[in-house]
Amino acid sequence: MITVRDLLRFSPSFRYGAIILMVVVVLIILSYFSPFEPDDRRAVPRNEPPSFEYLLGTTSTGQDVFWMLTFAIRNTMIIAGVAVIIGRTIGVLLGMISGYVGGTLDRVLSSIVDSVIVIPRLPLVILIASILRGQITIITLAVLIGILDWAYPSKRYRAQIFSLREREFTQTAVFAGMNTFKIVVQEHLPFLIPFLLADMVSGFLFAIGFEVTLSILGLSDLNAQSIGTMIYWGNYYQALLSKQIWVLAAPIAASVLIVVGFYLMSIGLGTYLDPRTRLKRLEVRG
Amino acid sequence: MSLLREFILPRLLQWALVIFVGITITFLIPRLSPVNPISQALGRLTAFQNVAPEAMVELRETLEDLYGLNGSIFDQYVAFWKRVLRGDLGPSFSAFPRSVNEMIGAGLGWTIGLLGTAVISSWLLGLLLGSLAGYFSNRWWSQVLDKLLIFIYPVPYYIVAFVLLMAFTFYLPIFPLVGGAKGTPGLNWEYISSVLHHSFLPAFSIMVGALAFRFIMAKTLATSELASDYVQYAEMGGLPRRKIITNYVMRNTMLPQITDLGLSLGAIFEGALITEVVFAYPGVGSVLYNSIISADYNVIMGITLLSIVGIATASLLVDLSYPLFDPRVRLR
Repeated sequence: MITVRDLLRFSPSFRYGAIILMVVVVLIILSYFSPFEPDDRRAVPRNEPPSFEYLLGTTSTGQDVFWMLTFAIRNTMIIAGVAVIIGRTIGVLLGMISGYVGGTLDRVLSSIVDSVIVIPRLPLVILIASILRGQITIITLAVLIGILDWAYPSKRYRAQIFSLREREFTQTAVFAGMNTFKIVVQEHLPFLIPFLLADMVSGFLFAIGFEVTLSILGLSDLNAQSIGTMIYWGNYYQALLSKQIWVLAAPIAASVLIVVGFYLMSIGLGTYLDPRTRLKRLEVRG
Repeated sequence: MSLLREFILPRLLQWALVIFVGITITFLIPRLSPVNPISQALGRLTAFQNVAPEAMVELRETLEDLYGLNGSIFDQYVAFWKRVLRGDLGPSFSAFPRSVNEMIGAGLGWTIGLLGTAVISSWLLGLLLGSLAGYFSNRWWSQVLDKLLIFIYPVPYYIVAFVLLMAFTFYLPIFPLVGGAKGTPGLNWEYISSVLHHSFLPAFSIMVGALAFRFIMAKTLATSELASDYVQYAEMGGLPRRKIITNYVMRNTMLPQITDLGLSLGAIFEGALITEVVFAYPGVGSVLYNSIISADYNVIMGITLLSIVGIATASLLVDLSYPLFDPRVRLR
């Protein structure tokens, strides 16, 4: 919590990112008060341009783009959130095992992790998704993205734990008779949390990018609203050729907004984590 | 001899391990799926078009080999490896009797040309601009570039490509909408200029994102390098700035950049999927996209395997070339 407060106070880019994401959260909350169901077709007049009544216009299947977008953002964030949780859980666990146990196990795990990092993920996802086509749901998609995004984080946690293990306070705690579990939870975890935060942000960026890409290729759950499927259906019904630019502009603008928000937050976190700039900040204040 | 044992051998082992893990994953994925890919693929195939009976038989056989449905799991795994090692990826389903190798080969030239140019030029440009912006971080142009590229960098690639496509072929039709070239292939100016004209927008769309990434990385590295004592010393000693930047700052930030260049060049083999789909460019990515649509698992698997081998080999070459670029690695 103190980390977040400091970041909001001292890092402008983190602050702007947080504001953008607040807007996103508001949109997600709004989706629960939508007057329409997510797949209500012909609920409103078709092909209306944006107006006061239909904030972002309507589609050629008679859906209100604004309310569609709130559902889309909600689903995209659910996919990204689940993927991030799965990926980080695997990553943190492997990194901790590697870092604390060490020895042969660490060497085996590290070389596996190094191999997995190199393996290209997009073709693999495409292979899996095309086998599962028709059966894929939002949650399967999230799991799929999650199980591909743990190698790099686990490598970083391992390095972090290695350096923590060698610090003096760890030795002190060991000599003072603190048990291992307590050292890990009370002494080391507080150091890992900022890394976890930065990592989660980049995980969100990765997952959102993948969701959009897969949906546009028609490989995700096309019946569920998400930012990617909105673009897919917009293209499918030729929104561009029939001059209904708002149908495509809404999801495109939303995705740009979300990723830029997350990215600004990650820049803030990055500078916060960099020891050199932290020293600089201290100098300025002192 | 110790160089071979301590430096080259571990890296060769890592290379073999990467390929082994990658190919094993590719082997396991279809087996872990709850659906039977063969009957699904054959069903989908016969639903859309008529397939000759002998084609069906051969398809089923190669499929059963590739997905491993003959004998025990271990037998199937060995058979799969044999096919992979022979480089025989079987026939394509959708364009029977063309082989997968042929299909990929047809797209490879286009993709290497497009991505090679885009990756190398954005690397050079991003490195130069980023280092300069890091050195002159107070100038207005450096600030403007920084803000602009930080905004562009996180945007998903598809969005960049799509907006460019909308802007320059639809609202402002400067560039052609689809294809790789017009006219018959040959070494005449007409054909070459048509290739360049067609590939400009796809190449540019790739360069935007790659340039932003390279710029941010080069700037960060240069900024941290500028804090070193030797830079201050060089400045006090009155060395020309051009020399400080190119001979010292950039040289010292080179190692991670070369790693990245090698890896992006290795990634070429997976094709620029989204680029080629958006701009209908006839490379490996388009082949992959078409095979996704027609559920042509053989081709999808072939491209997956090719990209795994490509990236693993690239990272091996990068590792082996470290001592050429950085004497610190040589000494260790």
